[in-house]
Amino acid sequence: MADATPVLELRGITKRFPGVLANDAVDLDLKRGEIHALLGENGAGKSTLMNILYGLYRADSGEILLNGRHISFSSAKDAIEAGIGMVHQHFMLIPVMTVAENVVLGTEPVRGGVFLDERGAEARVRELSQRFGLAVDPESRVEKITVGQQQRVEILKALYRRADILILDEPTAVLTPQEATDLFGILRALTQEGMSVIFISHKLNEVLEIADRITVLRRGKVVETVPSAGATQDSLARAMVGRDVLLRVEKPPTSPGKALLAVEDLHAVDDRGLETLHGVSFEVRAGEIVGIAGIDGNGQTELVEALVGLRRPTSGRVMVEGEEVTGHGPRHMIDAGVGHIPEDRHKLGLVLDFSLAENLSLHDYRKPPESRFGWLRPRRILARARKLIGEFDIRGGVAQTRAAALSGGNQQKVVIAREIAASPRALVAAQPTRGLDVGAIEYVHRRLVEERDASKAVLLVSLELDEIRSLSDRILAIYEGEIVGQYPPTASEEELGLAMTGGRRAAEVSA
Amino acid sequence: MTETGPKRPGGEEIEPGPLPSDVEPVPPEAEEAAPSVAARLAYLQRAGGIATPIATTILAFLIGGLVVLVTGHNPLQVYKAIFNGAGLNWFFPWVHGSARQTAAFNLQETGLLLIPLILTGLAVAFAFRCGLFNIGGQGQYIVGIVTGTQVAVWFGSLPGSVHIFLAISAATLAGAFWAGIAGILRATVGAHEVISTIMLNWIAIWVGSYLIGFGGPFQDKSQVGVPVSRPITPDTHLPVFWGSPLLQGLDIGFFIAIGMLVVYSLVLRRTTLGFEVRAVGYNPDAARNAGIGVSRNYFLAMAISGAFAGLAGALDILGWQFRLDVTTVQTTQIAFTGIAVALLGRNTAVGTFFSALLFAALINGTSSRNLDPTVFPPALAGNLTRIIQGLVVLFVGADILVLYIWNLRRKIRRRQTAPSTPVLSE
Repeated sequence: MADATPVLELRGITKRFPGVLANDAVDLDLKRGEIHALLGENGAGKSTLMNILYGLYRADSGEILLNGRHISFSSAKDAIEAGIGMVHQHFMLIPVMTVAENVVLGTEPVRGGVFLDERGAEARVRELSQRFGLAVDPESRVEKITVGQQQRVEILKALYRRADILILDEPTAVLTPQEATDLFGILRALTQEGMSVIFISHKLNEVLEIADRITVLRRGKVVETVPSAGATQDSLARAMVGRDVLLRVEKPPTSPGKALLAVEDLHAVDDRGLETLHGVSFEVRAGEIVGIAGIDGNGQTELVEALVGLRRPTSGRVMVEGEEVTGHGPRHMIDAGVGHIPEDRHKLGLVLDFSLAENLSLHDYRKPPESRFGWLRPRRILARARKLIGEFDIRGGVAQTRAAALSGGNQQKVVIAREIAASPRALVAAQPTRGLDVGAIEYVHRRLVEERDASKAVLLVSLELDEIRSLSDRILAIYEGEIVGQYPPTASEEELGLAMTGGRRAAEVSA
Repeated sequence: MTETGPKRPGGEEIEPGPLPSDVEPVPPEAEEAAPSVAARLAYLQRAGGIATPIATTILAFLIGGLVVLVTGHNPLQVYKAIFNGAGLNWFFPWVHGSARQTAAFNLQETGLLLIPLILTGLAVAFAFRCGLFNIGGQGQYIVGIVTGTQVAVWFGSLPGSVHIFLAISAATLAGAFWAGIAGILRATVGAHEVISTIMLNWIAIWVGSYLIGFGGPFQDKSQVGVPVSRPITPDTHLPVFWGSPLLQGLDIGFFIAIGMLVVYSLVLRRTTLGFEVRAVGYNPDAARNAGIGVSRNYFLAMAISGAFAGLAGALDILGWQFRLDVTTVQTTQIAFTGIAVALLGRNTAVGTFFSALLFAALINGTSSRNLDPTVFPPALAGNLTRIIQGLVVLFVGADILVLYIWNLRRKIRRRQTAPSTPVLSE
């Protein structure tokens, strides 16, 4: 598939930010017609490297060779002109404009000097999309099409600008399993046409599936560049993290007890007042993990908020161990025994400017022994924090360290320590591993399973199907604010994917 | 290419700090982004160094000095005269005789100004710690001073100490009530406290003017031609502990103000209330998720802020004014200076003390009574005070600009020294 001449070579790229060496003498070469995966944990330096290549940053030292010639980009415009296209994780599209308009934006074909040649633009886009199998209607408005199609528009934008090197930054993060499979097909078709692809990811399985070669970055350094044939998930994980990682969750069999957390016919509206939960019912029993599988924006946020007291349901009931707690605020829910690992730890989980000790006592500061008669008892608070820091293996700081100074994984450990230390009856975990690296994910998963084994009810809401499937004892698929089916953890990705996209609205909604 | 950390405007090097390990720019989940100017500013402010406020002050004085130079005077002499006018030379043991007496007298006056500046500074600082901007110190001060005056005018039969306590409590509660209105509006209907406190300022000014103005219910009926309140009962005058009571010596309100600095610090650091206020101030979403009543804390923080300002009014009237006139109500600037005090003092107790002292000394040192007119005309000097005050506020708000200029300078320097190698373009 790939011939020997590199179209692109990075040699000794070094980039330093104050206090951090983001890239340390990184070498990378890309062959024509190759899909080259760049694998690494968050903070390993993948995005920095690609931003240097794309002209957004300048390297402190090192050189870039394109087709054997030295180049130096001072902006993304230079990179685009040199034939490098980048598809960012967050799309840069204008929702109210059509697909064709978005594609030609900035280099619009004109008629008579001033008028946009819409027909011409549409024809050109149609031709490109047919040639590369990027099915998308050029006349649709971007806001009306799916995320997967929007990604194709981004790729079309690069193709329209005659890119022959395509950089994709975590492209599957927003896609359903089916869409990801489609994307891989498109990428293979592009390489057949002689294009070269750099594929940034931290997911081991997809890297193995799509890439010809894999370069693993750790702490800004290249650990290895290997052909994907012969590499395994375990070998890659070891290279990424620097130690052996347990990829599969070890889960003893369980026999669920009574229902600890239950919702009945729950309806809720979002911030704009539109109903996003249309009568959801299910229960989570002691000693089981129930996974809510769904694509982002199908009512999960409102469901979680209603469960932890941040959002008042418009109708329906929330019960904790048989006791109705519908419409109670967060403090009541905490006292009723509902722990919450929020989706966004920076927004909801932590006060970043507070110390670890203060964050760890964010629930308990108002009770003895942390306080008495309205007076805090700093020594108790610190002692308890030190205990939890040890117990939950929180690294990168002591009790007085500001939470903001910690890495994402350790910040999440602080949230988990606080919620689990309160010994809740039910734990609501919303995307608990979002943005975490492999090692931290392993840790979070282990803790969740431990809670389950301690006869707690765990509700796991996640966009990662792998996570849902490996952790859950039961899986509920959510689509447009309704539970559309219940599945065993052995359900296939295709089966779940279909349910999550409304392909099969199961008639029997059992809980 | 040598790398140095970012520098504070003062030139002090900052250690490559505890930045999170994930500094990957354009990060997947909006983790900490690459060190932007804003992130560095936040870091600097958290580093909390006193270097920034000090550098800010020095810069303001330097520019003020240039202004003095332009008017044809010697800046050093002028600043020395202001220093002596504020009575700060009293601390020099070699000042003797009549000079020492003058210095003591001046310093007592500076102390009298320091009291309300500390308290109105705290009125802004406390709200700040809850994420609120209390612009209404002026209104709260006026409500406090009017209430304190009238309570001290009435109840003449009460024993002095009880009467003083009553007047101070009433003024403090009145200030708390006034700011509490803004707090409730913010907590319930979300009305922004900046707008509502400004409106409440005007209401306070005109209600106060009506009450003690011509024909007002609290006007002194023995002199109908003058818009003033009745004089307060003599035994409500606060005891003077330094200097002569007849020559505006320093009263015990000074210790109350210092005590309030301690209270401020204790409440914030050692009580569950302070814990909640700070949590809400830093991150209201996380506070709410942790079961902290955000609305309740908005109300409480505003009320406590207002209490500080109301107390300032009481101490002014019981300490040295003894009767309230309409001009004071309509023209007092003390609470606005309090905003500058809080900004420069970085909302800490110690910082508030020193910045209040700075502004008290500046205002008193440039007053027509205290500044040596042969060195610099006091009429001009008052403006100099305002220039310095304005510059301080501007610079405190414009740290980010200073940092930006600093980065630009570094960038240009790099371009010059190493034109062939790629430069840091961020």
